[in-house]
Amino acid sequence: MSIESLNQQHIDVLKEIGNIGAGNAATALAGMLGKKIDMDVPKVKILDIQEVAEVLGGEENIVAGIYFNVHGDIQGNIMFLLDLDSSKLLTNMLMGKSSENGELDEMDRSALREVGNILSGAYIASLVSLTNFNIHHSVPSLAVDMAGAVMSVPAIQFSHISDKVLFIETELKEGKDLVEARFFLIPDEPSFEKILNSLGVY
Amino acid sequence: MGNIIKVGMADLQTTDKQGVLTTLGLGSCVGITLYDPVKKIAGMAHIMLPDSRQIKNNANKAKFADTAIDVLIEAMRERGGQPKNFRAKLAGGAQMFTFGNGGNDIMKIGHRNALAAEEKLGALKIPVIAKDVGGSYGRTIELYGDDGRLFIKTIGHGSQTI
Repeated sequence: MSIESLNQQHIDVLKEIGNIGAGNAATALAGMLGKKIDMDVPKVKILDIQEVAEVLGGEENIVAGIYFNVHGDIQGNIMFLLDLDSSKLLTNMLMGKSSENGELDEMDRSALREVGNILSGAYIASLVSLTNFNIHHSVPSLAVDMAGAVMSVPAIQFSHISDKVLFIETELKEGKDLVEARFFLIPDEPSFEKILNSLGVY
Repeated sequence: MGNIIKVGMADLQTTDKQGVLTTLGLGSCVGITLYDPVKKIAGMAHIMLPDSRQIKNNANKAKFADTAIDVLIEAMRERGGQPKNFRAKLAGGAQMFTFGNGGNDIMKIGHRNALAAEEKLGALKIPVIAKDVGGSYGRTIELYGDDGRLFIKTIGHGSQTI
């Protein structure tokens, strides 16, 4: 099984995981902020590794990546990715401030890790409920840097199994504020088959 | 400034004295650059993994330190470069994320990539005359075909020419 050989049914299933996961994440975020959060239907994308950074606004565009180690019945990683504007929007919402300041300070970083933690937890919960797997995730690690550099880590992990990467993109909206968030689920090769298997589409 | 030629992830390119090779946002990947100062031929590879022999899916030779260097040398030779003149500079190989208790193997991939590149170059007797590897931040690099200088820039960690 490789990413290239995914058929439409596989993609529909992955989309559904993304959908439920992002829905849970939006609910968790709404609870955290005490605000209504809208979510669009997630897009599942399969891209050449060279194209990933373009999606994120170019290799040198600054993004925040929050990265988790996943273990239990499946092994792998989850990356939760936000562009810099969305990161600031989220941390400002969370801490009830309205700073226009360009830099993310240590408080913002800590808040981002927490947001990532909660959203990824919600995302994993959806995967658990769909597959009945026992899955845990590590504490998050945060990097705010060039998109190419941040994405090199999941790209390298995918590169063991494919020249393509798979990710789920979703937009979360609070009023007129738009937070673009992207989840990358990066199972190792056996786990990838296991997920599809458990959902009856392998 | 000459032609700017972009080197993507798992890609390699060569140029002559008119050109500049660049790769943007290197993280745990390593930019391997070779330069022939006599013939003024430059080459750059953006590798992702240390060793093609450990991976089933190894068709793309530019993805691995070991095979990319072989292909790069051949491509530079075709342009008139002479391997005995080649000297190497390396950049990248960062550890972008850190987990407690040493983390898993994949987190140290940057370090392993840089090491594999040095070992391969050592085996081919190509001297590594400068490097900027490791750390926890991304790098954009530019290799100038006229004199082989390597310009490195970062977000928040300054820029330098090596």
